[in-house]
Amino acid sequence: MTATHTPDATPAAASDRKTTYREAMREALREALRADDRVFLMGEDVGRYGGCFGVSLGLLEEFGPDRIRDAPLSESAFVGAGIGAALAGMRPVVEIMTVNFSLLALDQILNNAATLLHMSGGQLPVPIVIRMTTGAGRQLAAQHSHSLEGWYAHIPGLRVLAPATLTDARHMLAPALADPDPVLIFEHGSLYNVSGDLPADAGPVDLDHAAVRRPGTDVSLITYGGSLPKALAAADDLANGGISAEVVDLRTLRPLDDATIGDSVARTHRAVVVDEGWRTGSLAAEISARLAEQHFYDLDAPVERVCSAEVPVPYARRLEEAALPQTDGIVAAARRTVGEPAPATGRPG
Amino acid sequence: MSTTRTRPNRQAAHRLALLESMLRVRRFEERCVELYSAARIRGFMHLYIGEEAVAVGVNEALTDDDAVVSTYREHGHALARGVPAEAIMAEMFGKATGCSHGRGGSMHLFDAERRFYGGNAIVAGGLPLAAGLALADRMTGRARITCCFFGDGAFAEGEFHETANLAALWQLPVLLVCENNLYAMGTALVRHQAQTDLALRAAGYGMASWAVDGMDVLAVEDAARRAAEGVRAGNGPHFLEMRTYRFRAHSMYDSDRYRDKAEIERWKERDPVEGLARRLREAKELSDKARGALEDRLAAEIDRAVAAAESAPEEPVEDLLKYVTSPVEASPP
Amino acid sequence: MAEFTMPSLGADMDEGLLQEWLVAPGDQVRKGDVVAVVETDKAAIEVECFESGTVGRLLVPAGTRVPVGTPLALIEAGAAAGARAGSRAPAAAPHERPEPRREPAREAPRAREREPAGRPVRTAAGPAQPQPPPPTPSPTPTPTEATAALGAGPLVRHLAELRGVDLTTLHGTGAGGRVTRADVEHAPSPHVSRVRSTPYARRLAHDLDVDLTEVRGTGDGGAVRAADVRAHAGKAAGEGERERPRNGARRTAAAVPAADRPEQRTDAMRRAIAELMSRSKREIPHYYLSTTIDLTAAVDWLRRVNRGRPPAGRLVPAALLLRAAALAAREVPSLNGHWRDDGFAAASEVNLGIAVSLRQGGLLAPVIHDADTLPPDALMNRLKDLVERTRRGRLRGSETSGATLTVTSLGDQGVESVYGVIHPPQVALVGFGAVVERPWAAGGMLGVRPVVTATLAADHRATDGAVGARYLTAVDRLLRRPEEL
Repeated sequence: MTATHTPDATPAAASDRKTTYREAMREALREALRADDRVFLMGEDVGRYGGCFGVSLGLLEEFGPDRIRDAPLSESAFVGAGIGAALAGMRPVVEIMTVNFSLLALDQILNNAATLLHMSGGQLPVPIVIRMTTGAGRQLAAQHSHSLEGWYAHIPGLRVLAPATLTDARHMLAPALADPDPVLIFEHGSLYNVSGDLPADAGPVDLDHAAVRRPGTDVSLITYGGSLPKALAAADDLANGGISAEVVDLRTLRPLDDATIGDSVARTHRAVVVDEGWRTGSLAAEISARLAEQHFYDLDAPVERVCSAEVPVPYARRLEEAALPQTDGIVAAARRTVGEPAPATGRPG
Repeated sequence: MSTTRTRPNRQAAHRLALLESMLRVRRFEERCVELYSAARIRGFMHLYIGEEAVAVGVNEALTDDDAVVSTYREHGHALARGVPAEAIMAEMFGKATGCSHGRGGSMHLFDAERRFYGGNAIVAGGLPLAAGLALADRMTGRARITCCFFGDGAFAEGEFHETANLAALWQLPVLLVCENNLYAMGTALVRHQAQTDLALRAAGYGMASWAVDGMDVLAVEDAARRAAEGVRAGNGPHFLEMRTYRFRAHSMYDSDRYRDKAEIERWKERDPVEGLARRLREAKELSDKARGALEDRLAAEIDRAVAAAESAPEEPVEDLLKYVTSPVEASPP
Repeated sequence: MAEFTMPSLGADMDEGLLQEWLVAPGDQVRKGDVVAVVETDKAAIEVECFESGTVGRLLVPAGTRVPVGTPLALIEAGAAAGARAGSRAPAAAPHERPEPRREPAREAPRAREREPAGRPVRTAAGPAQPQPPPPTPSPTPTPTEATAALGAGPLVRHLAELRGVDLTTLHGTGAGGRVTRADVEHAPSPHVSRVRSTPYARRLAHDLDVDLTEVRGTGDGGAVRAADVRAHAGKAAGEGERERPRNGARRTAAAVPAADRPEQRTDAMRRAIAELMSRSKREIPHYYLSTTIDLTAAVDWLRRVNRGRPPAGRLVPAALLLRAAALAAREVPSLNGHWRDDGFAAASEVNLGIAVSLRQGGLLAPVIHDADTLPPDALMNRLKDLVERTRRGRLRGSETSGATLTVTSLGDQGVESVYGVIHPPQVALVGFGAVVERPWAAGGMLGVRPVVTATLAADHRATDGAVGARYLTAVDRLLRRPEEL
């Protein structure tokens, strides 16, 4: 799969490199492993196999089996071991194959990683990074395709990241490892093959702020992760119809950057939240609620949500596509907010 | 597997110290019962009374550099580890001076300085953590070990088996101490395990393991020393099944409908504290007068802890959200 | 002498049913012995005592449900064989046991206990749940609510809410000034037909001084959108939007409708009451006494005194009850004062807190200072004035603090007795029920007499039942001799 859009807003400079999301992620790991002896990668098939999605390919050869550590299929034990190692001064990066498997380690993530600092009265920070794949779009059916990052964003004590661009894939890991508290990184499975130019001058990502990927004036498309390319495509479509859509990439799902979201909606007065999670109790629900709480008097239309259908993700291609947020649906929702059910010829009054 | 024999000629002073340590746990918890009954302590509180020999005996095999991971029945482990009684009592009162600043209560005692990693109230939840602490030591070449306490109930949890396998596979320096008190809350071992020989099952993971009379502090100490030496020598995880018994209810009070009164009385005859005291008295190592003085000293110590906890300040409500994430400026070492 | 109290047996336990006594007065007990069976919501649990000694009086009979912390029995220290008084020695150590541990006295007859020190604390068939006593007076006065609004039924209230009509501004035309449906329908409504609009359009209309009712909406279902407002205002599209003033203050005011505020205040009062009463029940071991007092003499005396007075100037029984409560407090000073720093400090004056319930819910306890120095007439005037101003939220600062003893009366609510919760740091609360006629036996003859039930809730840390009994006896005696009041 090739991305239709280059998600990074920065135009390609002369020294920029062609790369993929997967390679950018690997480069970030390599940099971290070189920079700090305390960093090690642990997970199922991260070593000899090269990572379930090929992210860690070649790292075993460079860093050896102690630091590129293949773990048995024991999510709870190796995630918990990562937490214990973090308590003892290490900087583990734990890889879980998919978010669905992370449920087997939920006890450790919630009851230990997110909780120890508080429960111990501030004595035990847990500087662990847990990476996992999320999302659908590859016909992997109902046990490998879900988007549960919204669940994790519910939990105080965790920082939840969703790199959606090459730059973020390359430059989110270092600040995540510098965070004294647990950080979860959700890598959308459909992004690994996205290729593009990686700006040479990009530095560590500011994890506290969302990014406006495309400025606009009529409606804010608020999204993250695997839905970002779809939202950008929708913004192109809308522009053809004379509607100027602003695209906000949340990047950090917890804590949410209320200021960036709010500023955007205060400018456009309309919001469409695009979230691959199920609609009920979703991150999109949280953002909609915050807009209602904080920006009620800025809204000129009801907030729209484009989420996954409330069904376990099906296998068949047509069904899977129908279950997920798609560009057309985002365009339609945006049009509803500006009061134009059909493609319009001019700008709204 | 074998039950260990005690060494003769152990120093009398050492035995007295063991008695004092066990008696501190016993008297401390007896006071906790009173305070709980008077609603000064609230929440869930799990008492260790009857199992004191395990915490005290195992602690003898640990150094200050070693780490301890414990369960929600951890007053004994914390006291044996040297966490001050004041800090524990204050924590149970929910005060600012508590060892977890009132965020944890009875089930979540922590002391980073003493490498006491809690206080885990998810059965078997502390095991992966212990493996990780040990992994870090192994990766950095530090010569210290991690001791993890858990109950027989943990054998029914996947986390125990995942961790036992991981620890043995990676030869982690971890000492696994199972406090088999025969009941997972109200469910008897025979009602929750198909194979009740726990040491045998641990041995199945390829780690040295044996069963110990958990009511005899000297036997516990011997076994723990042997096992800890093995762990320190780089022979991977060791497993000890401590056969012990809790004299009181699972959590403060229950109706004990799941076990016979006669059974409890039989185990009380093997009271680890009074058992050692009797041996010391018979060996003329402990006079009635010395015993009385010891009791008075401990009572005074606990009185001080209670008084300090009573008068300690409450955590301010403005600090409610403190310790959810680390302060921005601070970064752990 | 130690008290054996109802223990807390679990994180969620507030009260327990004393199911069975396993000991009887005179029995020897050791620290750790099981002495009773308590039934909680979860199970019947054998409970232990924490003192060694001799069982004294059983204060609460089996079958009684009492709050955690309630004294259940007295244990006299030092009498148990082999136990060192006051010591925490291992009295139960097996090797020191001189005799086999006595079997719990299951055979102890349940009904053998003598009358407990206080009246039973909420037995199954006992008095009703104690009435919450006065909380700390709220610093914010509560606004008056027109009585007419109170008379409005739910349907009328609902209608008023729909139409945005403030019931308190209406003059009721129904029976007794009750507000009727017609009153609401004829009232001018602030928003008779609510314009369908987006929140932003509404804000914009306000900023641009546009009357929304005059704007034609082009949005979904005819909703007025920002563009419609701007068009109406004759502004160029797209211009005003970016230049519009962001009036922070105005937005804040709009975001907090004024109508919410009294509710918030009521909520705050509810929370304050909840906090104080919980603290009281948590910290104070209450005991309760009650006595029924013959008011024949008092009522006769009142009739004589009131003869010839205009209705507004007539003395009411409440004034006599207060007077008696104040004088009795002077007689029994150990109920009049405060529990501070683990000790009782008697007060030198008698400042009566008066529980006043508020119409919109909640209650306050304004104070009549030096109540024992005021004759009945003065007391009654103060009382009337105070109640009236409390309900209007016009209390003076000095009237909101310093109470040394609180009096509550639910007589006008028609109940016969009220068992109150003590207002910390006070150590007692006096309750009066309604003055009612009841059959009354005296001197072997049965007659109908006006009576009132006086109750006392007192802090068992500060006093014992005998002291409380003296107090109620004094109230009784004073009320039987009204001419001396």
